[in-house]
Amino acid sequence: MNTATQPRHGGLRMLSPTHIRIVKSVLFIVCLVPLSLLVARFFHDDLGANPIETITHATGDWTLRFLLITLAVTPLRRLTGWHWLIRLRRMLGLYAFFYATLHFLTYVVLDQFFDGWAIVLDVLKRPYITVGFAAFVLLIPLAVTSTNRMIKRLGGKRWQALHRSVYAIAILGVVHYWWLVKADLTEPILYGLILAGLLGVRAHWRNEERKRQLGGAYATRAPGGPKIDGRIIPIHPK
Amino acid sequence: QLPGPFLKSPLSTMEALTPRKDATSYNNFYEFGTDKSDPAENAGVMKTRPWTVTVDGLVGKPRTFDIDEIIKLAPLEERIYRLRCVEAWSMVIPWVGFPLSALLKQVDPLGSAKYVEFTSLYDPKIMTRLPILHWPYTEGLRLDEAMHPLTLMAVGLYGDELPNQNGAPLRLVVPWKYGFKSAKSIVRIRLTDKQPHTAWNDAAPNEYGFYSNVNPKVDHPRWSQAKERRIGDFFKRPTLPFNGYADQVASLYAGMDLRANF
Repeated sequence: MNTATQPRHGGLRMLSPTHIRIVKSVLFIVCLVPLSLLVARFFHDDLGANPIETITHATGDWTLRFLLITLAVTPLRRLTGWHWLIRLRRMLGLYAFFYATLHFLTYVVLDQFFDGWAIVLDVLKRPYITVGFAAFVLLIPLAVTSTNRMIKRLGGKRWQALHRSVYAIAILGVVHYWWLVKADLTEPILYGLILAGLLGVRAHWRNEERKRQLGGAYATRAPGGPKIDGRIIPIHPK
Repeated sequence: QLPGPFLKSPLSTMEALTPRKDATSYNNFYEFGTDKSDPAENAGVMKTRPWTVTVDGLVGKPRTFDIDEIIKLAPLEERIYRLRCVEAWSMVIPWVGFPLSALLKQVDPLGSAKYVEFTSLYDPKIMTRLPILHWPYTEGLRLDEAMHPLTLMAVGLYGDELPNQNGAPLRLVVPWKYGFKSAKSIVRIRLTDKQPHTAWNDAAPNEYGFYSNVNPKVDHPRWSQAKERRIGDFFKRPTLPFNGYADQVASLYAGMDLRANF
């Protein structure tokens, strides 16, 4: 690359395809670290007195964390201008699904040992399991439609509409955690606050966007000014 | 060290003991943190000597006992009991202690006494956690439950003094009730004519009743109590009514609706 085409701001704003490939490979490995640690602890007999509980909690924690990390990509991209971050989002989302699957399998295989009746009763009778199960089921179509081919087949608009359900899934995930703890809500509250921040910043931006669009309408063809709830929206010409 | 040898008790179970490491590293003692590993990590700062226990309320001879006096109050026995946690796991633990009735007899309970309230240590200087429950932790039994021969004042486990995370230097053990009924690190025992407030019942009255007898037929509102995982086992096992002590204690609740009095 000659200096003329080199982006002037340089740094992390622009990455070459090679760099993105490297970043993705490293990220792929890094995302496997939580699982590797669990496996290592298993072989060192270091999962504590109740290993199944430890595995259940660890895979559940990492599902929530990956959901939040995935939801952080867009805001982070907008704040930093690092547009290549979007290229990592699919992998992060699939890792959320990966850990959710491990979490679900831990429950079905290790905790209940395929006791179908007990599982059905749990899903029906225990609200925290109901919402956790719903969140997992809702993740499946997102994972299935994550390929380029599926994006093409669905069309960008429909694909995006479908994938917006991740907001609801993340909320269900936090509620699942919230409803299962006995008395100490510290961690569910922490996850809830982070999620509220990630969703709140989107709502804020969308609101700004709408104001801008309405403002544009005013400038061209809406004498008297556009109103929301009866208030005239101030316009900031660019 | 505890004065031995300990009497063997016919009330002990023959089941395999939970490994000592598990029983002393997987604990609920919320004053020291809510993760199972927190008590073993944080309870070391608790000073268990000197330690006194006040026994008062509706008694003829209220008294404050020194812990070393309590240990010599009655011959120490080894009692191997099942422990069933309300979270649906269980252990088998060799406690060392003596019947609570031996302690209560020392203070002459009055005829008007109907309940016994247990208060745990609360020292905010060393118990620096967020206020999860209303501390000090309190628990309670009916007087007849408290006088039952199975009800134990424990001062040790696995032949040694209680580790702090297990409720040193003196704790209650009521093997037919969920574990949280067995208050740890007790500083006061008060006899009363009114049903005492209990920490978990105050925190979530629809989830933790005053009686909290182990009952596979009455689920916790958020999870089933039909089965339990014995620590160390892979497969869950069915939970037994009164944690397998029905023969000894079911008569205490004759005529009571155990669904209403959960």
